[in-house]
Amino acid sequence: MDLKNIPHTLPRFSATFDPHTLAEIRRAAATGIYDIRGGGTKRKLPHFDDLLFLGASVSRYPLEGYREKCATDVWLGTRFAKKPIHLKIPVTIAGMSFGALSGQAKEALGRGASLAGTSTTTGDGGMTSEERGQSQTLVYQYLPSRYGMNPDDLRKADAIEVVIGQGAKPGGGGMLLGQKISDRVAQMRNLPMGIDQRSACRHPDWTGPDDLEIKIEELREITDWEKPIYVKVGATRPYYDVALAVKSGADVVVLDGMQGGTAATQDVFIEHVGIPILAAIRPAVQALQDLGMHRKVQLIVSGGIRNGADVAKALALGADAVAIGTAALVALGDNDPALEAEYQALGSTAGAYDDWQEGRDPAGITTQDPVLAARLDPVAAGRRLANYLAVLTLEAQTIARACGKSHLHNLEPEDLVALTMEAAAMARVPLAGTDWVPGNPQGF
Amino acid sequence: MPVVNLAETAKRELNAQLHALSVDTNETHWRVENPQGQHALAAGLNVPVTVEIAGHAGYYCAGMNSQATVVIEGNAGVGVAENMMSGKVHVKGDASQSAGATAHGGLLVIDGDASARCGISMKGIDIVVKGSIGPMSAFMAQSGTLVVLGDAGDALGDSIYEARLFVRGEVKSLGADCVEKEMRAEHRDLLHKLLEAAGADAGVDEFRRYGSARGLYNFHVDNASAY
Repeated sequence: MDLKNIPHTLPRFSATFDPHTLAEIRRAAATGIYDIRGGGTKRKLPHFDDLLFLGASVSRYPLEGYREKCATDVWLGTRFAKKPIHLKIPVTIAGMSFGALSGQAKEALGRGASLAGTSTTTGDGGMTSEERGQSQTLVYQYLPSRYGMNPDDLRKADAIEVVIGQGAKPGGGGMLLGQKISDRVAQMRNLPMGIDQRSACRHPDWTGPDDLEIKIEELREITDWEKPIYVKVGATRPYYDVALAVKSGADVVVLDGMQGGTAATQDVFIEHVGIPILAAIRPAVQALQDLGMHRKVQLIVSGGIRNGADVAKALALGADAVAIGTAALVALGDNDPALEAEYQALGSTAGAYDDWQEGRDPAGITTQDPVLAARLDPVAAGRRLANYLAVLTLEAQTIARACGKSHLHNLEPEDLVALTMEAAAMARVPLAGTDWVPGNPQGF
Repeated sequence: MPVVNLAETAKRELNAQLHALSVDTNETHWRVENPQGQHALAAGLNVPVTVEIAGHAGYYCAGMNSQATVVIEGNAGVGVAENMMSGKVHVKGDASQSAGATAHGGLLVIDGDASARCGISMKGIDIVVKGSIGPMSAFMAQSGTLVVLGDAGDALGDSIYEARLFVRGEVKSLGADCVEKEMRAEHRDLLHKLLEAAGADAGVDEFRRYGSARGLYNFHVDNASAY
């Protein structure tokens, strides 16, 4: 036999030990430390793409696309707050910190949100004057670390969000690495420059739902019962977490799925803890309905909202509003292909850059470097965000009208079907073309 | 002197009246009777008045206090003077967990004991405890000073940043990255002033000082076992 002519087996990569996995093993072996990065999960998950709207036909009739009204406004905080929030659109900007983001980026988020008639949210590290100044409606996060937390800012806020967790890392705290601790960040957080700032995973002065109720009462007393109090949880056990938030006196529950981003967390945490937002909405809504509180305590969902279809699907499943973070940063200019050469220089590529913790963002968004941060024009970036928010709203309205709805909140699960069994089970809507909803709707 | 009897007046009414005061109010001395352990009493004050609470207070008494002096004549529940910015809070009895948590400024004096997590994440407050404090006190304490005339429980100052700790009695154990430090003249001065401000009868030389070894300020894998 002529050995030269024997066909060779093609080199084959293992599905288990794929190139990314192999690279991560080598990186871990070389450094002895886990990988830290920004953003949300990058794995493929059951998501809103697995749902479709049915649209009107003979049995239901649609609304005229450009003539008949499809309202988009939302009230938040109607349960207890003397001054509930009224937003023009049900798409809010999620909490992101000054420190993780540049001052310019925070200002741009405020400008864009205000132009679109919606709210923006502070983050760990407190409220900056630029942000307050440019945000018509500003939600003040009350976090375990309480960095930058002070009662004057609390009183300046339009709502208060008690953060228990976030989708990227439910049960985890955070770490703002030293390279992002500028003078101003250090001063706002009462810590020396250049050290790694740990953000606690638990609040320092309460534990559990009974204490939370008392904490919320304190926040209400301090602000004279004026401001809506939100409770934000990462999606893990949404039925129970939402029920306990309601029991604790929340006006609004914010539910963040594992696609929700973070400034900096271990990759293993981002990819392996928490559940996708698609799986979390129905149990959360069920909890509200079981307590007779659906639409009385509002539900904001987040994690992987990208377009108006996602907005419409989230609302159809029972949410009152959605929040966007990653998409808002992309609208500002994050991961722009125009900066490809600079992303390459950082060992990444436009669209995949996630080393936000290093503070070297060429787009000037996830950085405290004054030279890089100055690249972002807050006015122009704010305009881009406002445009994007307008498109999300128009797209959601287009779908809602096609389903015959005169308000986005009139969308309902009955307007949806699922493309996969997984999505059908999670969203509790029938598999397309069938009347089959997998699972037992009572079995939480 | 305004007297508010919480057996007859709702707490909401009390706090609303206190929040409505202007900085130049003539009603600078208030007395609250029958507090009955209610939560969030005199929370969120923002003017230089004195409020005496004639009994026990629940959670978060004088929470987020600015400028005011709040005197609790009994015991205080969880989180007394939490996130205080300035002013003074004086607990004549014992305090529960997380006394002075995350507070940025002002002076908290506790005549009795304080439970676990006293001064947790403190960010500039001065705390003087005339009795003893529980475990995990001054956890992640960032700045400010904690003075304890009695003993300290387990894991004092765990993951501490730049806060200064002075303990007269026994420290059951120190937390990660917290070490005993040399007592220099500047520390004696600071301690002396705080003892005087708190009306505490103790000599500065009876205390030992503890603070951060600063070994965990930047994460390094060789320190992973410390966490």
